[in-house]
Amino acid sequence: MITLANVRKIFNQARPNEYTAVDGVSLQLEEHDVTVFKGPSGSGKTTLLSLVGCMARPTSGRIHLLGREITSLPERFLTEIRRKTFGFIFQQFHLIKGISVLDNVMLPAYPCGERLSVLKERALHLLDLFNVSQKAHTRVEWLSGGEAQRVAIARALINGPSIIIADEPTAHLDSMHSHELVEILRGLKNDRKTILIASHDPIIYDSDIVDKVVHLRDGKVDEGDTGPRTRGHLQLLKGR
Amino acid sequence: MERWIERQKNILDFTLSSLFRRKWKNAALALVYVFLVFLLASVIFFTHALKQEAGIILQNAPEMIVQRSIAGRQAPIPLSYIDKLKDITGVSAVKKRLWGYYYDPTAGANYTVMAPEDVQLDPRSIIIGEGVSRTRQVFKGSTMRFRAYDGKIIAFEVKSIMPSESELVSSDLVLMSEDGFRRLFDASGEYATDLTLQVKNPRELSVIASKVVHALPDTRPILRDELLRTYESVFDWRSGMALFLVSGAILAFLILAWDKASGMSHEEKREIGILKGIGWETSEVVLMKFWEGMVVSLSAFLAGIILAYIHVFFTSAAFFEPALKGWAVLYPRFKLTPFIDASQVATLLFLTVVPYTLATVIPSWRAATVDPDSVMRM
Amino acid sequence: MRKSHAFLLYLALSGLCFCGLLAHGLFKKQADVEHLEAKCRLARTLQLTDMCLFTEASYTRHLSQADLHTAFQDYPMSLDHFPSGAIVPPPEIVRRTNGKVD
Repeated sequence: MITLANVRKIFNQARPNEYTAVDGVSLQLEEHDVTVFKGPSGSGKTTLLSLVGCMARPTSGRIHLLGREITSLPERFLTEIRRKTFGFIFQQFHLIKGISVLDNVMLPAYPCGERLSVLKERALHLLDLFNVSQKAHTRVEWLSGGEAQRVAIARALINGPSIIIADEPTAHLDSMHSHELVEILRGLKNDRKTILIASHDPIIYDSDIVDKVVHLRDGKVDEGDTGPRTRGHLQLLKGR
Repeated sequence: MERWIERQKNILDFTLSSLFRRKWKNAALALVYVFLVFLLASVIFFTHALKQEAGIILQNAPEMIVQRSIAGRQAPIPLSYIDKLKDITGVSAVKKRLWGYYYDPTAGANYTVMAPEDVQLDPRSIIIGEGVSRTRQVFKGSTMRFRAYDGKIIAFEVKSIMPSESELVSSDLVLMSEDGFRRLFDASGEYATDLTLQVKNPRELSVIASKVVHALPDTRPILRDELLRTYESVFDWRSGMALFLVSGAILAFLILAWDKASGMSHEEKREIGILKGIGWETSEVVLMKFWEGMVVSLSAFLAGIILAYIHVFFTSAAFFEPALKGWAVLYPRFKLTPFIDASQVATLLFLTVVPYTLATVIPSWRAATVDPDSVMRM
Repeated sequence: MRKSHAFLLYLALSGLCFCGLLAHGLFKKQADVEHLEAKCRLARTLQLTDMCLFTEASYTRHLSQADLHTAFQDYPMSLDHFPSGAIVPPPEIVRRTNGKVD
């Protein structure tokens, strides 16, 4: 379970361009669920994901991850948690150009010091799973959009994370590939992964795999419109 | 431990893959680097070996040389000075030296002509250095003609040629008897070129030197220490040659390094952001950059230093030869004895590998401290 | 082969090669002792004061014997005799006397 209590993130604090990206969000997210954060751009979806994903620290408030308080941990531990618990799928895929698909997939695992043969096997298995194993040795810039997307997902899974975080995963995909992505996510959900997605694409948030949709506006949870998919486990823990 | 090694190797793998992307640029960089190390190492090896050898050989030079100068010019010294010098307390022996230069118009070369006291030669024969033999194409048994002071041609028979191993000191020497020397240069029997002194206690040398100047005001003593110091400062870094040779390369390299250091490209920054985003720590990014610096600099260093060794000690610094030769027609060919110590290699390592690696690591440090979430905003 | 292994192999090989050269250096130094002694003997018997490095002029041939009035001593960077003039600084004794002039 992931619990956010009155989480606030302010960028450029005490400077003229100060702005509040996340403003006092309290949420409880269940394990093995697919949660979609929906809202217009600038509503704080991405920032909220990065806070949950231990990529950034909230300015104030607390985040509990699987019973552990993560906001006060030093960077080293945060990285450790991030590496083991989270797999990230970015909006622009963010694959590293010029190196092979296989290298890209193994990249997050390199610093862990695993044997390369073991790592390679796992990476190839993942690529196989997503039907891109025949491209393992091609450079990433020669991939089609859909292939790049699947490689990015394989990379997110290399360290065997329990939580997948995807930031606007369909922003650069056509409808066909977007539907394909939903199917992949369904597979991951069946593997009992927790999935957090920021998206304003109806293909994602109207999909039947989604357990909960959280509406964000101006960095706040929009309570008036929690959507029909909210099956009652949304508990707002405001003011805790 | 095994984990640690695997981790280094994995990161190194990535570093190499990423260097391979810009194959030609990095190859060019490495090439310039090899050349720079090669030049630096060659200069260091060459001068160090030369200094060491000079230091050892010149330990056998006379302890003190007394030369006479008239009107600021070196002039022949009267043999009568020998007794005056012998009277100075502390002086154990005084010997005369007869030597000078002979310009050979046929070859355009300068020879050093000597009439050593301790070598027995008949008036018509000479011993020559390997360089003279090579320049004039004269060998054992041939006749070598010299034009004397009065225009007469004097023929000498080459009795032997000094061994080529000693070329560093003997290349341009022409040894002849005193009689021959005086016939050639009209040197009067009452004069010598200069005098050499032996003292009982080497620690009194400077005291004796001042006594010499006092007793014979028209002379100047040269101490062995001064000879040694002269050669100690041969190829001084302060002086131009080494810099002349290397400055071009250093400049080119500095520009490259500066370009690298100051201009972390947008692409590189983006990559560091991605690495941070997918779970690399700052220290791991820096480690990757460290390997990047090491891959280029350490491999170039090793290649450069190996080439330099071969260049200096196997080919007798052939690359420097045209530069060192200058105007000289008679150029000694000597094989240097490899005097190499750890400090030279360490100096080179410090001058080359360390700055480059730092220039790679430091600029990336700042980029590596970006928040991992920056990747989401890219 | 893994790229890292190839690189480490290169490092090991070139390191080994360099060590081999260093060993050659030590060996050569031993082997050259005789030659060095011969040179020392020569210096002793002929009362030599200088190395035969630059033969182009008297004051470059006998660096240590140069007096205060030879062209070579003006300034080490002066190119009146290139390259020796650029390579060798003036003898200590000259620098001591002429130092103030420079």
